[in-house]
Amino acid sequence: MVKLTGAQAIVEALKKEKTKYVFGIPGGSTLPIYDVFYDSDIRIILARHEQCAAHMADGFARASGVPGVCMATSGPGATNFVTGIATAYMDSSPVVAFTGQVSRKVIGKDAFQEADVIGITTPITKHHFQLKNALEIPKTIWMAFKIASTGRPGPVLVDMPKDVQLESGDMEFPEKVEIRGYSPNYDPHPVQVKRAVKLLMNAERPLIIAGGGVIISGASAELIKLAELLLAPIAITLMGKGCMPEDHPLFLGMTGMHGTPDSNKLVNEADVILAVGTRFSDRTTCKLECFCPEAEIIHVDIDAAEVGKNVKVSLPIIADAKIALQQMYNGLLKKSKKKKSPWFKRTKELTEYIESQKYNDDGYINPIKLMSQLRKTLSLNAIITTDVGLNQMLAALYFKVLKPRTFISSGGLGTMGFGFPAAIGAKVARPDVPVIAIAGDGSFLMTAQDLACSTTENIPVIVLVLDNKMLGMVAQWQRLFYNRRYSSTELKGVPDFVKLSEAFGAEGVRLESIKDLPIIMKRAVKSDVTTVIDVPVSPEANVFPMVPAGAGLNDIMWGEG
Amino acid sequence: MMTDNHIISIIVEHKPGVLYEVSNMFRRRNFNIESITVGSIGKEGLARMTITVRGDEDTVEQVTKQLHKLVDVVKVAKLDPERSVVREMALVKVHVANSNVRSDVIQYANIFRGNVIDVSPDSLMIEITGDSEKINAFIQLIQAFGIKEIARTGITALQRGGKAFRA
Ligand SMILES: Cc1ncc(C[n+]2csc(CCOP(=O)(O)OP(=O)(O)O)c2C)c(N)n1
Repeated sequence: MVKLTGAQAIVEALKKEKTKYVFGIPGGSTLPIYDVFYDSDIRIILARHEQCAAHMADGFARASGVPGVCMATSGPGATNFVTGIATAYMDSSPVVAFTGQVSRKVIGKDAFQEADVIGITTPITKHHFQLKNALEIPKTIWMAFKIASTGRPGPVLVDMPKDVQLESGDMEFPEKVEIRGYSPNYDPHPVQVKRAVKLLMNAERPLIIAGGGVIISGASAELIKLAELLLAPIAITLMGKGCMPEDHPLFLGMTGMHGTPDSNKLVNEADVILAVGTRFSDRTTCKLECFCPEAEIIHVDIDAAEVGKNVKVSLPIIADAKIALQQMYNGLLKKSKKKKSPWFKRTKELTEYIESQKYNDDGYINPIKLMSQLRKTLSLNAIITTDVGLNQMLAALYFKVLKPRTFISSGGLGTMGFGFPAAIGAKVARPDVPVIAIAGDGSFLMTAQDLACSTTENIPVIVLVLDNKMLGMVAQWQRLFYNRRYSSTELKGVPDFVKLSEAFGAEGVRLESIKDLPIIMKRAVKSDVTTVIDVPVSPEANVFPMVPAGAGLNDIMWGEG
Repeated sequence: MMTDNHIISIIVEHKPGVLYEVSNMFRRRNFNIESITVGSIGKEGLARMTITVRGDEDTVEQVTKQLHKLVDVVKVAKLDPERSVVREMALVKVHVANSNVRSDVIQYANIFRGNVIDVSPDSLMIEITGDSEKINAFIQLIQAFGIKEIARTGITALQRGGKAFRA
């Protein structure tokens, strides 16, 4: 038992959770905690916008698997968090978000900088707490971290009235707390595993769809072992990118709206699909009625509510991906080994399509070439983050990722401006590896003010701005479906990203020719400040292949014609 | 697909905000609540919510799964109507124009095992308990006299037999 103020107890509880970094911006209702931070070992990283602080915590969490922590003041600080929290929620990222709150006696009175952050974030958090008194702080923070990081991870919000931070009491820090409404199930039902083994054993055309759950549960090795045993090709979702090395012979690429033709075709030809850690989002399935109507689907997910939500499945397995895959593997090992079937040969027929993608260079950098060149300049464990738009889909399709947790992207919410702050968070988690944000010129401007955070806090990352002077992805849809009527999508080349970066004390360079990329990257990786590389890309740039909205996976478009 | 009323009984943490959490989930996921009743179960800071949901089997399965995901929801059960007691209470204020009507209304109330709980010169208040069909039938019957006001509680229910559904 120790006598502490609420603020001290919060910081103490954070230390017990091994929190080393807090991303945030202080304010009136978090003054007591920031005062305790002032002489604690926890490093406080000053963001320049709370949305960025939340994305940083999210990037940190995705790069490391460890909960990321962010803090904002009440009212506008808390509401600025919303996009960041929703982004983490949609992609199951363990973020613990702390918000200041007005004192208990004025809650509900529309006090200065009061916002009902619990009400606002209930639908976008895994859970939330509002501290009712100082004594419950140790228990509450233990629960917040537990809930954020176990089962299907997700953001948890802790709202801290200012007077609770000032109240003192004799604190006891428990080793463990019972949460009676929360007990995630990790172990699969043995009968279901047996059934899955039988289905897979008898499958003529087995195929695996691997989602973000594989990465979260650390199941890459188990996934690959099982696929090799079954000779089953693997299609990934956007969130699954990184779950296996993309040079593996069974790798088909991403499936879905911007899926590779290999994966989109084979997904619909398979007779048994093993879907692991994916929620069958509409961007993955495209038109549901056309999504593998013939196949038996085995769906492994730790979240029971995802099973049967979007796609009817034949066999649900509610479990941790790693454990379930290992048990299926064990079950299959006992059976006879699969022979190389015509299906396996078919998966080998589908060839490289990247070469077939033509691009006029006419003074601009070809973004597809850029992705493959970029890969060559980077070590295998370099981390890539993306924004949203063409930049994101180009990176997903054409930048080969080889290790888990080295590709970080806002999949579910599709948040423009995510890439750069997420890169800062990832760099804090992994200072030993280069972190590169592949940005769009529209997206980057939404969070570019945090260049100030990266330079003043000495967190050097690399931002590669695909500068097409357009809100490219929207413009692509206007080109394809709205008769080239560019309503509000022309950015007109403002600002000059090189000068903008320099104004923040960062390094700014323009990539004049793709030949210069290796030298520029070499310098950027070594630099101790953030480097922004402006890459002139054609305003006409598109990303193909593409399945138009409302069409089935097989209706692949290859170009504008 | 068949849409029907289904009764879901859940045990929740009895604390502020939980009703919001539950109803917010229904709103956000586009599920329909027909009725919801809440009350303490008298122990360990827990309460029971009895929720009537309209939808097909798949929808109801999603509802139970989504409820289960809420941390403040401790237990979720879909009640089998054949093996459950389902009750609703209604207070009905009836206009009574004259003494003949008055005795008719009292008679109907008696047949339906209702109680007259308030009397005024031109109205009667009846308290009636039963399953929803019984209450509907009663209301329909006395509609002709002129109903001034109705307050219905919504459904509450328990599984029959000795087994307790506990947290
Ligand atoms: C916060 C936010 N606002 C709007 C959108 C809609 N949107 C999707 S892609 C896109 C264009 C992105 O443009 P840019 O960042 O320049 O990337 P590009 O597509 O050109 O690579 C827009 C506006 C979004 N995803 N997120």
